[in-house]
Amino acid sequence: MTLQECYTALGGDYDEVLGRLRSESLVQKFVLKFPADPSYDMLQTALAAQDWAEAFRGAHTIKGVCQNLSFTTLYRSSSLLCEALREGHPPQDPALAGQVTADYRATLSAIQAYQTQLPV
Amino acid sequence: MIPIPVHPTPKKHKILIADDSEMNRAILADMLGEEFDILEASNGAQAVELIQENGSELSLILLDIVMPEVDGFGVLEAMVSNHWIEDIPVIMISAESGASQIERAYELGATDFITRPFDALIVHKRVVNTIILYANQKKLVSLVAAQVYEAEQQSNLMIDILSHVVEFRNGESGLHVRNVHAITELLLTWLRENGKYPLTQADVATISTASALHDIGKIAIPSAILNKPGRLTPQEFETMKTHTTIGADMLRDLPIYQDKPLVKISYEICRWHHERYDGSGYPDGLKGEDIAISAQVVALADVYDALTSKRVYKPPFTHPQALKMILGGQCGAFNPILLECLTQLSDAIRKELEQTDLWAFPQSAFDITGEVLQHEDVSVSKRTLQLLEHERIKHDFFAALTDEIQFEFTLSPPQVTLSPFGAKKLGFSEVVKDPFHNPSILSLADPKDFQGFSDAIRGTSPGQPVVKYDCPILVDGEPRWHRILARATWSTDEPPRYMGAIGKIIDIHSSRMELADLQRQASRDPLTGLLNHASARKRITVRLEERPQGKYALIIFDLDHFKQANDTQGHLFGDQLLCHIAENLRQTVRGGDIVARAGGDEFLIFLEYKSDPQAAIQRIFSSLTGEYQGFPISLSMGVAQADVVGSDYDALFKAADNALYTVKRNGRGQFRFYDQSMRDTLSTISPIAEESLTDPREEDKK
Repeated sequence: MTLQECYTALGGDYDEVLGRLRSESLVQKFVLKFPADPSYDMLQTALAAQDWAEAFRGAHTIKGVCQNLSFTTLYRSSSLLCEALREGHPPQDPALAGQVTADYRATLSAIQAYQTQLPV
Repeated sequence: MIPIPVHPTPKKHKILIADDSEMNRAILADMLGEEFDILEASNGAQAVELIQENGSELSLILLDIVMPEVDGFGVLEAMVSNHWIEDIPVIMISAESGASQIERAYELGATDFITRPFDALIVHKRVVNTIILYANQKKLVSLVAAQVYEAEQQSNLMIDILSHVVEFRNGESGLHVRNVHAITELLLTWLRENGKYPLTQADVATISTASALHDIGKIAIPSAILNKPGRLTPQEFETMKTHTTIGADMLRDLPIYQDKPLVKISYEICRWHHERYDGSGYPDGLKGEDIAISAQVVALADVYDALTSKRVYKPPFTHPQALKMILGGQCGAFNPILLECLTQLSDAIRKELEQTDLWAFPQSAFDITGEVLQHEDVSVSKRTLQLLEHERIKHDFFAALTDEIQFEFTLSPPQVTLSPFGAKKLGFSEVVKDPFHNPSILSLADPKDFQGFSDAIRGTSPGQPVVKYDCPILVDGEPRWHRILARATWSTDEPPRYMGAIGKIIDIHSSRMELADLQRQASRDPLTGLLNHASARKRITVRLEERPQGKYALIIFDLDHFKQANDTQGHLFGDQLLCHIAENLRQTVRGGDIVARAGGDEFLIFLEYKSDPQAAIQRIFSSLTGEYQGFPISLSMGVAQADVVGSDYDALFKAADNALYTVKRNGRGQFRFYDQSMRDTLSTISPIAEESLTDPREEDKK
């Protein structure tokens, strides 16, 4: 599996990210760092605790990182959730958070699939 | 001494990245690369801490908006209130793209905005550009500040030196200028703050500064009067009084800066600081508010300080005594408002004047002044030196302004000094040593002109030392006519010795060319454009004198029956016919030949030939003969040769004229060479009306 194929699997734009970061190794480095990013856990914890402000920041961070890595699918759902949570509102539509979870998991599994077949 | 490293390692710029996402910080740090020193903050509070810690060591901050604890706006606000924002540029890197958010960040002083997703190239470029921009701006600010400070220091220093020159000559304490300045400032500030006069803070500063020059006119008052211990005679007092007008005139005659407030106010102060409120002062006897407030205040400050200081003619009075004397009207009449002001400020003034330390005055001013005046006893020669110095400054100043080549030449040492413009124009340095052995100087003009000018200047006398010499001088590789106006310098001993010269060199090329053009016009016949008789004669004479051994022929011809053409076809036709002949003539002769219209329908040709002129003359004769608009052109031509009659113009002319007469008499339409047999024939030449030939043969024709 190539990095490009990984991008296809997680619903991202590989050409776009390569154009901005200008090196495949840099893209790879940050893609592999993504699973360790604490934003998703932070979002989940805050949603469970109904801490909407904290949840907003979590969604916002995910959105920002996805934007930088051109993870288009997850960017889209985290963006919608982020806007819904803005100014401390509880999310009107519970499906938004569910979509983020689904997209995040898909992204993560694609990255893990890519990672496992890398030469050690 | 601190050792300075020859090649210091360039310090890396420090950049703070404040973003709550570690991922984002890492991406940015990677994009910026190794060339920067990166600090990271994961929230606003941390960011503020790091800014405080590093201060202006930070070259730039990349700042996110949405962060825990303190957000990006909070960081910006802290930066504003601590004035950090003025020194450290901030680039916002938020995922927020709402216009209101961006606007708020800019309002708080953010320099730029980079939106996500980050583009490595853009991030890098923006960061580098912003750092360079700020670095340059900081450099400029400090540069300008340093220069403004320097300029201010220098102008204050100049004023201090100037006023101290006056003081030292006056035998005053050296504190008078400082005291007058201080009192003036106190009085004016009070007047301003109490709304007595419409004065701005700038007015107060300018008048206080200008106060230093109030006695500058005393430079011109003889030392004997200035420092006389006893009473001045009425005559001496009159002289003393002129220091007001002299000082004012000095300022009024400044060639520049006339519109500067400092100069205007200094003028008022110099001229009117001895006027009195009741009109009894000098030089103009102004009354009341006609006296400028600047002069009124300085007058009061001057009197007050004079009373409380020791002078050659009096011991110092105490402050209360001085105040009493002024208020009692013993020292002249003052504006009641000023007297009130003085009363109010009496304590403040006394305190100010008791500060005898000189911290307020640059020591350098005293040093320089002292140096200037340390030979006070040799007052006559010092004055001469001062005048000389004054003249030198004046000369240098005007020389620098003028667009003329000015020069000064001294024989010993052999040296030419040029005005700055002159040096630039001619491409030399301002001082040229040993000019007569300098090939560049020698290539400026023809050697004969060097000699000619040298002869002319050495030929002058101390009574009449000025010469005018015109010659071409090489400027920018082009010879142009110049006029040298010079004055020889002769020594004053007996017999006077030639010492050199001063002068200027003026470009007269265009006027000279005009003159040459006029001369050319004057030497021509206006109808045909050929030379007239007088100038042809001049040229031929020169030619004959240059090479008397040459083989020359002088030809005179006229048109047969020209009178008839004039009579039957009109004068206009006659003129056209003459022009036609002239044109033909021009075409026919060779370059070196001289042709002229010698009289009404008479023409003249002067040519040089190798062995036999016959063929050349036959050719000319044939080509001129023919017809013009139906009028048959027939010529009668007389030729005289120099090897027959001699290389003398008049002889040649007379001989050619005689030969022509002979042709006329023998049926016209041919040419003849002069021979002895024609010697006693008559002349045929008729003068052109506008010409005044002084040819003796004119007489023959009458």
